[in-house]
Amino acid sequence: MNRERSTFLQTLLAALPLLLMGCGAQGPDWRTLQPVSDFGRLGADVYDDLIWWTLGILVVVELLLLYALLRYRSARSESEVPSQVHGFTALEIAWTLVPAAILFFIAIPTVRTIFELQGAPPSEDALEITVVGHQWWWEFQYPELGFVTANELHVPVGRTANLTLSSADVIHSFWIPQIGGKRDLNPGSENRLWFTPTEVGEYYGQCAELCGTSHANMRMRVFVDDSATFAEWAAAMQAPAIPDSAGAMTFLISGCAACHTIAGTPAQGKVGPDLTNVGRRTTLASSLIPNTPEHMAGWLRSPDSVKPGALMPDLNLDEQRVNELVRFLEGLR
Amino acid sequence: MSVRAMTAPGHESLYSGGMRSWLTTVDHKRIGVLYGISALFYFVVGGVEALIIRLQLASADGTVVGADTFNQLFTMHGTTMVFLVLMPLSAALFNYMIPLMIGARDVAFPRLNAFSFWTFLFGSLLLNLSFLVGNPPDAGWFGYANLTSKQYNPGMGIDFWLLSVQIMGIASIASAVNFTVTILNMRAHGMSLMRMPLFVWMALIVQVLMLLAFPPITVAFIYLMFDRFFGTHFYIPDAGGTPILWQHLFWIFGHPEVYILILPSFGVVSEVLPTFSRKPLFGAPFMIFSGILIGFLGFGVWSHHMFTTGLGAVADTAFSLATMLIAIPTGVKIFNWIATLWGGHIHFKTPLYFAVGMVGLFIIGGLSGIMHASPPVDIQQHDTYFVVAHLHYVFFGGTVFGLFAGIYYWWPKITGRMIGEGLGKLHFWLMFIGMNLTFFPMHFLGMDGMPRRIYTYAADLGWERWNLIATVGAFVIAVSVLVFFVNAVRSVRAGEPAGGDPWDGATLEWTMSSPPPEYNFAIVPVVNSARPFWLHKFGPTRDISTRTREEGTPPQPDTPPERIDLPSPSGWPILAALGLSLVGGGALVGLWLVLVGVAVLVFGVYRWAFQPLERLGHPTFGPAPGGGR
Repeated sequence: MNRERSTFLQTLLAALPLLLMGCGAQGPDWRTLQPVSDFGRLGADVYDDLIWWTLGILVVVELLLLYALLRYRSARSESEVPSQVHGFTALEIAWTLVPAAILFFIAIPTVRTIFELQGAPPSEDALEITVVGHQWWWEFQYPELGFVTANELHVPVGRTANLTLSSADVIHSFWIPQIGGKRDLNPGSENRLWFTPTEVGEYYGQCAELCGTSHANMRMRVFVDDSATFAEWAAAMQAPAIPDSAGAMTFLISGCAACHTIAGTPAQGKVGPDLTNVGRRTTLASSLIPNTPEHMAGWLRSPDSVKPGALMPDLNLDEQRVNELVRFLEGLR
Repeated sequence: MSVRAMTAPGHESLYSGGMRSWLTTVDHKRIGVLYGISALFYFVVGGVEALIIRLQLASADGTVVGADTFNQLFTMHGTTMVFLVLMPLSAALFNYMIPLMIGARDVAFPRLNAFSFWTFLFGSLLLNLSFLVGNPPDAGWFGYANLTSKQYNPGMGIDFWLLSVQIMGIASIASAVNFTVTILNMRAHGMSLMRMPLFVWMALIVQVLMLLAFPPITVAFIYLMFDRFFGTHFYIPDAGGTPILWQHLFWIFGHPEVYILILPSFGVVSEVLPTFSRKPLFGAPFMIFSGILIGFLGFGVWSHHMFTTGLGAVADTAFSLATMLIAIPTGVKIFNWIATLWGGHIHFKTPLYFAVGMVGLFIIGGLSGIMHASPPVDIQQHDTYFVVAHLHYVFFGGTVFGLFAGIYYWWPKITGRMIGEGLGKLHFWLMFIGMNLTFFPMHFLGMDGMPRRIYTYAADLGWERWNLIATVGAFVIAVSVLVFFVNAVRSVRAGEPAGGDPWDGATLEWTMSSPPPEYNFAIVPVVNSARPFWLHKFGPTRDISTRTREEGTPPQPDTPPERIDLPSPSGWPILAALGLSLVGGGALVGLWLVLVGVAVLVFGVYRWAFQPLERLGHPTFGPAPGGGR
């Protein structure tokens, strides 16, 4: 019996540091703790406060529990009974008040940060972007700059991006872990989210609210560009070149224009993603696949096998048509 | 202890009788067993769903199941575990133990109790019938509007879900009424509220929570039902409805539901720790009032599930602070449990393992809950695997471990036989290791940006290692459950007879034989302490050398000295429950079946209402003329 008890306790004791080592080993890599915007930074700072309080309480309370088990394991005969303590009011009041006091230290940075994040509107010179969620892709409108794109968001470093969020169908949630916390895209109403990116780079994000079959495939990329790169990209979006007018005709007669827009052509469909300068994107199909001619062809042949439930129909295109479309679309840059 | 020998031999006949006797039983103990078996069956079903989920996620770009199947699996896993496992498993312990612990011969409304069980069972079958028609629900157990609308979810899955959960809600409300009345009105003489065992107190709070929390979800479901069946627009934004209304209604139910699921386990632990430390519960009044406070505050925190919905800074602040407040009474409970162990003579039996495991694991879930109370932190963790980790530390570490503590603790009482200690501890260790292996790495995944409810993820995100470990852990849990079933079968077949009081218990249920007689108490006890049986065994003083058995509640005699009449078995509750379920299920088939259901329901309730209570044939015990035995 005694041996059995000590194994119980030793294992429990061993488990705790192992778990903490697990945290320590992985901690620095976690995306939510690698913020690249002021918005993400503020949240991560509160996390840094909270994690030490919670880990501290965790260790103290678990050790108390283990100590009680270890210290008071019974080696006495069953007929003996310990002192029958029914309670100790002063002690109980103490461990009501101490956690209450600790909560103050958690509540103060929490409330301060809530108002920092949501209290004041963003600065006047913020870049306005309208994000519309669709099953299962992202629409990014730049109303001031006069163009629309999909699934790959570009923002300039150091300038506040002010996002207006809504949905065309069901609830989605906009989330790029390194930019900061998520905010829902609700059909029928608008949410706002603003952040000032601080580091140039490419960041991964995806929908965080269950939105149907291909929720897992509703991914996106955010490119935080330096000002010159962003200006170049925006200029190209505003005046897209259509190098291949024969390809454009193929695009129109294949039925693509019913759903897709390509600025500078008669294709003005609004149901699917805007394909203006689609050749410049690094990924296709809501960031599911890299933007290569092979992947583009695969997508055109059978959208549903790339993204289950995809609302783009299989157009039963023959191989020649597929190749013409791929050449045309990849040339839009 | 010599006291043990004084209790009567077990009444194995409690469980004898054919199928008919089980279908018409109104005995709270048999109904408790029915709840328990159903819940454990669904525990396996929900567990298999979880294993398939884990297999799919074990590697990036998994191909075990497709997108739609995966969405159906996690929806059914969540719905099953909440409504078909944890609630009925708590109900099993409530049913069996509450009358025994308060000194009652049955619940207040025995036939309503049977009705609750059969309604629950038929509702649960209707939910799982959706598998047979190939269209299980797929919008998550929380079923956010407007993904559940006819436009975005045209199949029958959502209808199965909303109808069956409503039917099971009726069962819950009926049983909440029943147990509230039972606990408030049927306590033995002398058992004041403050002498009531903590398990019964937590049960009472749970019943009140169910009474208050199920109406809002019923409203939410009726709106959804009207939207889907009759074309209204409560949640349809294009027609001026608002999907966020669902979120409010759902979480006004959903957060109290969290306490409906965890408080029974708090109650079990508050019985097990004192018994195996051989001390009274430390600060019982603090424990009772902190339980009440948790239940009360539980109604004021629902929007902490909605910090990403965009309710604004003021709402976020209010719900954040209210949520943090819950940490205070919860902390009191943890400290009082540790103080109960402190200074005791701790006996390391299987129930104690599970109770201590519950405390240790629940602390982790509670602390990650405090992180979620802070919106700036929560908006990163919301809808990620961090929350999956948190909720499983609460519901698996907290509720499942706590309920297994209760199962092992009361197993000898219920079956009359001891259950293997060796296999019991093996079960504990496998489950404890498996649980931590499965759910702890999910904290890391969530912090690294892995959302919930995704059937696939790309390999280059670096999520494969922890997902694979979690999958291995899930199978370790599966093995532990297998060990439990082996142990259970061995105990029922060849377990040592338990006697009335195997753990040297303090409360009334240990004063009678195991299993108890049909009438529970041959003599309804008089209670003069929170630990009436302990008082009898060890006397009122702390000095055990002056033990006296003059006071307290003595063990029950073998045969009742006076005639005892018990309620007649009745087939009408099951018929009424069948009618109600036909009304619900009929909505999926056609109006004619709804009308058949209404007819059966009305007929069942009518015959139930006018069933003659005094007719000969109801079970009687004891010496009086006409007595059965």
